[in-house]
Amino acid sequence: MPASRTRTLWRQIKKYKALLLMTLPGVVYLIVNNYIPMYGVILAFKNLNYVQGIWGSPFVGFDNFKFLFQSPDAFLITRNTIAYNVAFIVFNLILALLTALLINEIKDKFVARFYQSTFLLPHIISMVVVAYLVYSFLNTDSGLVNRQIVKWFGTDAISWYTESRYWPYVLVIVNAWKNVGYLSIIYFAAIIGIDKEYYEAATIDGASKWRQMTRITLPLISPVIVVMTLLAISSIMRSDFGLFYQVPMNSGPLLPTTNTIDTFVYRAMVGFGDIGMSAAAGLYQSVVCFFLILAANLLVRRVSKQDALF
Amino acid sequence: MPIASRIRIPFIHLFFVLFAIASLLPFVLVFIVSITDEQSIARHGYSLFPSKIKFAAYNFLFNDFAQIARSYGVTIVCTFIGTILSVLITALFAYPLSRPGLPLKRTLSFFLFFTMLFSGGMAPWYITYVTMFGMKNTLMSMIVPNLLLSAFNVLLMRSFFANTIPESIVESGTIDGASEWKIFLKLIVPLSAPIVATIALFNLLSYWNDWYNCMLFIDKAGLMNIQYLMTKMLLNVQFLIEKSSSSSNATELLSKMPTETIRMALAIIGIAPLLVAYPFFQRYYISGITSGAVKG
Repeated sequence: MPASRTRTLWRQIKKYKALLLMTLPGVVYLIVNNYIPMYGVILAFKNLNYVQGIWGSPFVGFDNFKFLFQSPDAFLITRNTIAYNVAFIVFNLILALLTALLINEIKDKFVARFYQSTFLLPHIISMVVVAYLVYSFLNTDSGLVNRQIVKWFGTDAISWYTESRYWPYVLVIVNAWKNVGYLSIIYFAAIIGIDKEYYEAATIDGASKWRQMTRITLPLISPVIVVMTLLAISSIMRSDFGLFYQVPMNSGPLLPTTNTIDTFVYRAMVGFGDIGMSAAAGLYQSVVCFFLILAANLLVRRVSKQDALF
Repeated sequence: MPIASRIRIPFIHLFFVLFAIASLLPFVLVFIVSITDEQSIARHGYSLFPSKIKFAAYNFLFNDFAQIARSYGVTIVCTFIGTILSVLITALFAYPLSRPGLPLKRTLSFFLFFTMLFSGGMAPWYITYVTMFGMKNTLMSMIVPNLLLSAFNVLLMRSFFANTIPESIVESGTIDGASEWKIFLKLIVPLSAPIVATIALFNLLSYWNDWYNCMLFIDKAGLMNIQYLMTKMLLNVQFLIEKSSSSSNATELLSKMPTETIRMALAIIGIAPLLVAYPFFQRYYISGITSGAVKG
C-alpha cells in the first residue's frame, strides 16, 4: 500500500476511533471463540498429551486421519449425516410449503396466528425436553406407543431404544415435528410478500385456487425455496447434536443409525479421550462444509444475486 | 361463497387442528403421566386418560428440592447475565458496521463472516477454553463459549440499523456535538427497540435451553443448570438422589421413589416457565423470524 493511502487510512481510523472501539469486544470474542480454535486444528495432526499442552505435543502427521478413514466409522458417520440431511431437506420442505400455502388460505388473521403459535412451540424447546417427550411415547415398558398403539396393529411391543432399524423414521418425524412450523413461517412470510394484484387478475380470469397456487404462489416464492434449500445442502455434513445424542438417549445399540459426525466427534473426545481423532473428524467435516458453502453460494448467485451470501 | 371453497376451508381447518394436536399432544402426555398414580402406570402404561391421579412425584421432588432450586438458580443467573452481555456485544458490533464510511469495514465484515464459513471443530474449541481460559467448572463456561455472539444476529441487527435508521439522525447528533457513544446510546438504541427485543429473545432462549456447554464444561452437581439436570435424570433416574442424599438414607429413598412419574414431573418443572411465558412472547418470536427471513 502506498504511503499516502496508509496515511489516509490512519486519519480515517483516528476519526472513527469511537466506532472502531465499539467493535472491540466482538472482535476479541471472535478471536477467542473462533480464530484460536481454527488455529487449534493442528491438534488433528498431533498426539495431544496434557503435560506438553497443545503446542508442545508431538506431530504425528496424518496418522489421526489414517486411523479415522481406516475405521468403519468414517463411512458410517458420513453416510448417516448425509442421508439424514437429505431426508430432512425433502420431508421438511414439502410439509413446510404445504403448511405455508394452507395458512395463506385462512382469512381470519387471529385464527391463522393461533395455529402458527401452536406449531412453533416445538421449535423453542430444548432437545432435552424433546428427548423426554419422545421417551414418553417410545419407552419400552410403559410408553404410549407400546402400550396403546402397537395393539391396534396386532404386533408385539418393540424395544425402541435397542433396535436401530426404526430410528431413521423416528428421527425424521421428530425433526419435522420440531422444525416444520418454523420453516413454514419463513415461507409464509415470503407468500404474504407477493403483490395481491396477481391474485386479483387471476381471479378475474377465472383461475382456480389450485392454479393460482401452482402458477403464481410457487413460482414467486421459488427464490426463497432455492436459497433455503441450498443453504441446507451446504450444511449437509453437519448434524444437530442434540437430535442425535439426546433423543436416542445415547443408547449404544442404536449407533448404527444414530451416529453422525457430530456425535462421533463428541464421543471420540469425551468417551475415548482421543483428542487427535476427534479433531481430525471435526476438521474433515469443516473442510467439506467450507467447499460446499462456496459451491452453494455460487449456485445462489446464479439463481438470484441479491440472495447470495457473498 | 363458491361450493369449492365451502368444502375446502373446513378441510384446511381440519389439517391445522390435527397439526396443532400433534404439536401439543406430547406436552399433554408428559403432564398427565407426571400426575398419574405409579401403580396404574405399572398396570396400563402411560395413558392420556389415567385411571388414578396422584401427585406423588411432585411431593417427592419438593421434599428434596435443593438440587432443583440450585440448578434453576444457575440457569437464571447465566440466562440473565448472558442475555444482557450478548445483546450489548451484538449491538456494539453491528452498529459501526451499518455506518457508511467506516474504515476497515470490509475487513471487519469478512472477519465476522468467515466464522460462519469455517470452524475449527469441537475438540480444538473445547481444548482452547479449558487449557487457555480455564473454563472448566465455572459459571463463565455456560455464558461465554459459542453463546455470546452469533454472526447471524450481528448481520440481522446491522441490516436493521442500515435500513430503518435514517442517516439524518446520526448527522443531527454530530452537528449537536454529541460523541459517537452518546449518539449510539441516546439516539440509536431507543429507535431500535424492536430489533433489540428480537435479539434479546433469541439469546434468552438459547441460554435458557443450553445443556451442551454444561455437559462439556461442568461436572460438579452444584453448577449444573436445569437442562443438564434433566439430561442426567433422563439417562439415570436415580441421579437426583445419588447426588443429594447421604448414603445411609439413599437406599430408603430409592425404594420409595416413584421412578416412572418422577422423570416426567421433573420435565414439567423444567419446561413450565417457558410454557407459561410462551403465549406472551410468541408474537415477538414470530415477527423476529419473519424479519430475519425477509431482511437477513
